[in-house]
Amino acid sequence: MALNKKIKELHEKREKLLLGGGEQAIEKQKAMGKRTARERIMALLDEDSFNEYDLFVEHDARDFDMDKKTLPSDGVIIGTGTIYGAPVAIFAQDFTVAGGSLGFMHSRKITKIMDHALKMRMPLIGINDSGGARIQEGVNSLAGYGEIFFRNTISSGVIPQISVILGPCAGGAVYSPALTDFVFVVDNISKMFITGPEVIKTVLGEEISMEDLGGARIHSEITGNAHFFASSEDECFGQIKKLITFIPWSNDRKARPFDAGEPKPEYNIDKIVPDDPTLPYDVKDVIRAIVDNSDFFEIMENYAKNIVIGFGRMNGKTTGFVANQPIEMAGVLDVDSSDKAARFIRYCDAFNIPIITFVDLPGYMPGVDQEHAGVIRHGAKVLYAYSEATVPKITVIIRKAYGGGYIAMASRHLRADFVFAWPGAEIAVMGPEGAANIIFRKEIMSSDDPDSTRKQKVEEYKEKFANPYVAASRGYVDAVIEPSETRKFLLHSINVSENKSIQMPPKKHGLPPF
Amino acid sequence: MDQLKNIDTLRLITGHYKTRLSSRFRNRRSYKPEDPRLILSYIPGTIVDILVKPGQDVKKGDHLMILDAMKMQNHLKSKSDGRVKVIPVKKGDKVSKGSLLLEME
Repeated sequence: MALNKKIKELHEKREKLLLGGGEQAIEKQKAMGKRTARERIMALLDEDSFNEYDLFVEHDARDFDMDKKTLPSDGVIIGTGTIYGAPVAIFAQDFTVAGGSLGFMHSRKITKIMDHALKMRMPLIGINDSGGARIQEGVNSLAGYGEIFFRNTISSGVIPQISVILGPCAGGAVYSPALTDFVFVVDNISKMFITGPEVIKTVLGEEISMEDLGGARIHSEITGNAHFFASSEDECFGQIKKLITFIPWSNDRKARPFDAGEPKPEYNIDKIVPDDPTLPYDVKDVIRAIVDNSDFFEIMENYAKNIVIGFGRMNGKTTGFVANQPIEMAGVLDVDSSDKAARFIRYCDAFNIPIITFVDLPGYMPGVDQEHAGVIRHGAKVLYAYSEATVPKITVIIRKAYGGGYIAMASRHLRADFVFAWPGAEIAVMGPEGAANIIFRKEIMSSDDPDSTRKQKVEEYKEKFANPYVAASRGYVDAVIEPSETRKFLLHSINVSENKSIQMPPKKHGLPPF
Repeated sequence: MDQLKNIDTLRLITGHYKTRLSSRFRNRRSYKPEDPRLILSYIPGTIVDILVKPGQDVKKGDHLMILDAMKMQNHLKSKSDGRVKVIPVKKGDKVSKGSLLLEME
């Protein structure tokens, strides 16, 4: 009898706390087109898989009459659950409670679940929806952020960390997502910036809307801060769940294998790539022609489109793909595409995911803006990331591989394990035009008809050097293969590199150019 | 398979490629060498004082005007000896980055 009374008391307490900021605040949240924090967790996790912790936590602020206020669960929900059976730790800020503002106990809840995730070696998902620091808690609020950033950094490369921006995330708060592996944004809901429109107007006189400053599109297309863009929260949750299937639970395991099916016949690898190296095609079709079920899960689809990155499966095993994209900016390497590719290569390396690279690029992008934007140090990131990576690295040279671009794109010299080239590949120190102009300068200049001599010399050069066989004769290319043999060679390469093991010289950490 | 739409030409040394051009590339500003006769605002801000007049002779290093930006009073100095030609701004004006503040003859 006494116990029943206690249980009833628990139910009452729970019921009250589960309402978060109360019905009015929930209505307001919904009016903004947003789900509540708890609804979001339920939508994301497997049914009935969520265990919540710290429901009863209360803030301990005393100043500014805060002692008279109760904030249910201090504005954040934490717990563990599963996604397609994979364990995940999760926190979701509750905007209905004091605008999801981050006080000290709020941050303690977040760091508690972060510590769990690291200790248990499982992915961490953070749903951000917060007005920022709880000003009444002063420096304790800042301390809370700092504790979160520290843990993001320590966990980096050990467990997958996913940030979902489903509301405002401004000021210092942005640095937690920025330190994590993947950032998800939703159109019209996500807002991320260091200083908002009002401050910018006051200080600099520039007027801009929140959406144009730090909306979902801006971070997906311009800044590169976001990795996945969705039109709705539901679409976003679908993307997160799919991502979870591709990645391992931590860096001491491999991703779970999933059912393998052949690529769809509509992606005919013999018909995708034009012979003329100046004509474009969509390299994603090449990837779809070789991955299981033609299922390619692209990352950063709308940013630096001249390089394509993402996951697919080869015979059920998660594989990372990096590919120059000839249909966008001819597939050149530049500041943004180098940054995008390098980070992804390091992700794959950290989490034991083999990397397949498709090469077809004219080289690095020329231009004052590129040089002044630091294409030297950004471009170097690609070299660094490929050289440093110890996961299996397999390279397929489709067409052009000239000069520095050839070296950077997972060449043998950066320790690719297998390098294949299609028969139409042009592997050379530079493009035939440029090379002929330099090597045969005298003949061209002294000719009675320089134009036709130039043409003739370019043709000669093309014939002799713009092919895969010079590189193959040196063993820089392991095999020249037909396009239709690509999947077979790649599956085999991945299978035989399953137990790849190489030793790097001991060091505290390297110094990549970032 | 997507239709290949909005194809342009990117002219590089290795060839003229049929491809889409990024907005960053299309909107890039072509480089212009710095013109020592022009004083531009290197930061957005407010003109708090103008210390010279058109027609006035100035020496290299002379203070020309004060630009308040990011809570700092920035003294803009003459880059060369010469005569002030035009001052297209006035005290109190808010100026954006790169706008012309003063032109020398």
